[in-house]
Amino acid sequence: MLAYVIRRLGALVVILFGSSFLLYNLSAVSTDPLAELRLSDAPNKEQLILNLTRELRLDLPPPLRYFIWLRGVLGIFVGNPNFGLTREQEPVVDAILGAIPTTIRLVFVATIVAIVLGIALGITSALRQYTRFDYGMTFFAFLLFSLPIFWVAVLLKQYLAIDFNDFLVTAKISPPWIIGLSIAAGFFWAAIISGTRKRVTLIFIGVFIANSIFLTALSASEWFSYPRLGPIAIAVLGVGIAFGVTYLSVGLSDKNALKTTLLMAAIGTISYFPAQAVLNSNRPRLGMLVLFVVLVLVSIAGAWLFARVDRGPVIRTSIITSTLIGLLILVDRMMQAWRPYVESDDVNYRPVATIGQSRVWLTEVPFWVRVLDFAMHLILPTLALTLISFAGYIRFSRGTLLDVLNQDYIRTARAKGLTERTVIMRHAFRNTMIPLTTIMVGDIAGIVGGAIITERVFAWQGMGTLFNKAINTFDLNLLMGVILFLSTLAILANLVADLLYSVLDPRIRVGAGK
Amino acid sequence: MARNKKEVEIVNEANENAIANKETEGLSQGQIVFRRFIRHRAAMISVVFLFTLIVIVYTALDWRIGDKDEPLFTIPGWWKYGFEDMPDLRFEDCPGGTVGCPSIDAVPFLDGDGVSLGDHPFGQDDIGRDYLALVMRGAQRSILVMFIIGIIAATLGTVIGAIAGYFRGWVDAILMRLVDFIITVPVIIIGAVIGFHFGNKGAAFLALLLGLFAWTGLSRLVRGEFLTLREREFVDAARVAGASNRRIIFKHILPNAVGVIIVSVTLLMSGAILLETALSYLGFGVVAPDVSLGLLISTYQDAFTTRPWLFWYPGLFIIAIALCINFIGDGLRDAFDPRQRRRLSRKDKANARQGKSRAEVA
Repeated sequence: MLAYVIRRLGALVVILFGSSFLLYNLSAVSTDPLAELRLSDAPNKEQLILNLTRELRLDLPPPLRYFIWLRGVLGIFVGNPNFGLTREQEPVVDAILGAIPTTIRLVFVATIVAIVLGIALGITSALRQYTRFDYGMTFFAFLLFSLPIFWVAVLLKQYLAIDFNDFLVTAKISPPWIIGLSIAAGFFWAAIISGTRKRVTLIFIGVFIANSIFLTALSASEWFSYPRLGPIAIAVLGVGIAFGVTYLSVGLSDKNALKTTLLMAAIGTISYFPAQAVLNSNRPRLGMLVLFVVLVLVSIAGAWLFARVDRGPVIRTSIITSTLIGLLILVDRMMQAWRPYVESDDVNYRPVATIGQSRVWLTEVPFWVRVLDFAMHLILPTLALTLISFAGYIRFSRGTLLDVLNQDYIRTARAKGLTERTVIMRHAFRNTMIPLTTIMVGDIAGIVGGAIITERVFAWQGMGTLFNKAINTFDLNLLMGVILFLSTLAILANLVADLLYSVLDPRIRVGAGK
Repeated sequence: MARNKKEVEIVNEANENAIANKETEGLSQGQIVFRRFIRHRAAMISVVFLFTLIVIVYTALDWRIGDKDEPLFTIPGWWKYGFEDMPDLRFEDCPGGTVGCPSIDAVPFLDGDGVSLGDHPFGQDDIGRDYLALVMRGAQRSILVMFIIGIIAATLGTVIGAIAGYFRGWVDAILMRLVDFIITVPVIIIGAVIGFHFGNKGAAFLALLLGLFAWTGLSRLVRGEFLTLREREFVDAARVAGASNRRIIFKHILPNAVGVIIVSVTLLMSGAILLETALSYLGFGVVAPDVSLGLLISTYQDAFTTRPWLFWYPGLFIIAIALCINFIGDGLRDAFDPRQRRRLSRKDKANARQGKSRAEVA
């Protein structure tokens, strides 16, 4: 194993050397940083050209310049790397380190949402193979595959930012919208749950009515102007989460697990009140950490109390439940910051932002308003990235689950008399996750690369912006820095994916037989 | 009861297998694949739609053979304007004081008249150029780029993958390291570096260069196929019979790998059209005065609130083309997949009961 990792890391160095040589020369040969100067009519034109030539070492042929650059980079092995300076005389490393957090923030949430939603939809689609829902999902996935992200982004800006902000002025949902949304929700759930025609009709009518009442209530109580959850909604949602998580994780027949999660829902609701104090304190970040640790500890204790045998799954279920309830409390805290945020002079009733990564505040604002501001800036880019990247997860998880369901061990599990839930969640889903995990890890580098366009559309200052700048200003050092970073990320992600595969699937042994 | 039901199911399954087998009696592999593909409704609709679209797009504008300004010979297109013509801007009938709005009237009867195209069905851009002509020109460029990238990547990927997988050893090692060099850098980055420097040399040249970097994924796939196929008995048989390496690669192994290749090339092509539009959008692809769909969107995205048609039409063309290619790819994958069993319709079962095979019916 160790030998395998070392060999792969050795290959990494060779590959990075090759691809950087290729790209350095490609970009060096085809650029002419002097072109602009040659056409200029500045009086000291000759001197300027001479200066630039000396600065960028243009008197040397590109391969030689590559090796000068490489000598600096190789300093990494003696602890003294030198990635060169950008055209603005800033060290390349600083420029990249400054851009990474932005890109990670952009990519992280979108990737998580895409993975969770994509897998959920893909698995539902596989379990309902050859139904209308399945065909609908297939079409939806192909449609998303075919969408250019910059095109989606402009649509999102118009309909989810500008129009939604207009809507927030009155926060009244008009009757046609209520009916339309309710019909859509009815179709969606009826298609997922499916069954006989009578059942489908009943589900449709039920969802339609429930959804209409819900939306009307939201509209009448001006919820969108004054969003809040409060302890009552958290209690109701908490019980729902408790049942949902228990059902998916261990099954409702496990009374111990159900008792534990319901207890967690109760504790979560009660902890809402002390949590306010903790989150409003001077150190909200520490408060969040404390809240999380306490909830996890309590959930372990609760599981310990109720479950006598086979505690592992119960503890897992209880931790998931309390984490979700903790997230609800955080969401509620952010909603409490909504009015101060919307009413502040800088926002002026246009909360959903179309460009930029955060607002420049002219006045001092509280921590939670700042957090909410980050969230409002994240919404559109995250949605755009999610839309284009989760189609792949839908298709892939559907295909993998269908493959797994054809295996003999699934038949054996069913023959043993296990419930359908156990067969799907324990036998099928876990085996589906093996190839999915490796795909996810392998995708990371691609997503960071893909964020280039998103950053451009939404005017974020991340890796993509650096890359654009590097190309447009003939900044070879910066360009090579970005490329080196991205390709290292790609190779490392591939290595991690391979190692993960062998950890998850004992049939595969890395480094064996070579 | 439950057991009975299970038995019935097993018998049913055996029957269905028999029907499915009967259906393929006496047909070659190619015919079976072709039949399966034709039955894939979404794929067939996409083939017809895409073909129609390509014909419409490529016959819309005048083709000038020879010198651009003084052509030897002009093939007239069906649309009256070229993409460089500048007719007068339309002012009348436009909503909200905008100019150059679309004159297309797609609503029959309800508004008192029938369907008509009008002078500028897709509207006009800032300086009065006809937007239909621009979109047609853009679609021509995008489709051209897509096909060039597809063809080059397919050829290179197949040949390199085949050689690496067939010869193994040091040839394989060298070729696969080359693949590693290229595959580690995200495509959009390579595309941008190339596009920035060569975008002004024309769409075809850009596509050619992009194709030189797009074959890596395919070559890995083909190599994998060759590694397994070369161990099979029919390859040994061919070798014993004295076939040359070239003959074994192209006549014996390649036909067996063709399914994988075709499917991944279609997916590669739908990726290529999105790549081209994305690059043009970033300004690293096709550049003005030439036109491409991505460039049109990029130029007019700020006009979305006032003149949305400038934004909608090129986008819809991109989606339509990419969607068709994706569905064709899906249909091909199903058609080439030997494990794929079609669900039998009632009519098939009835035919089978009467002892007819599908071939006779058809």
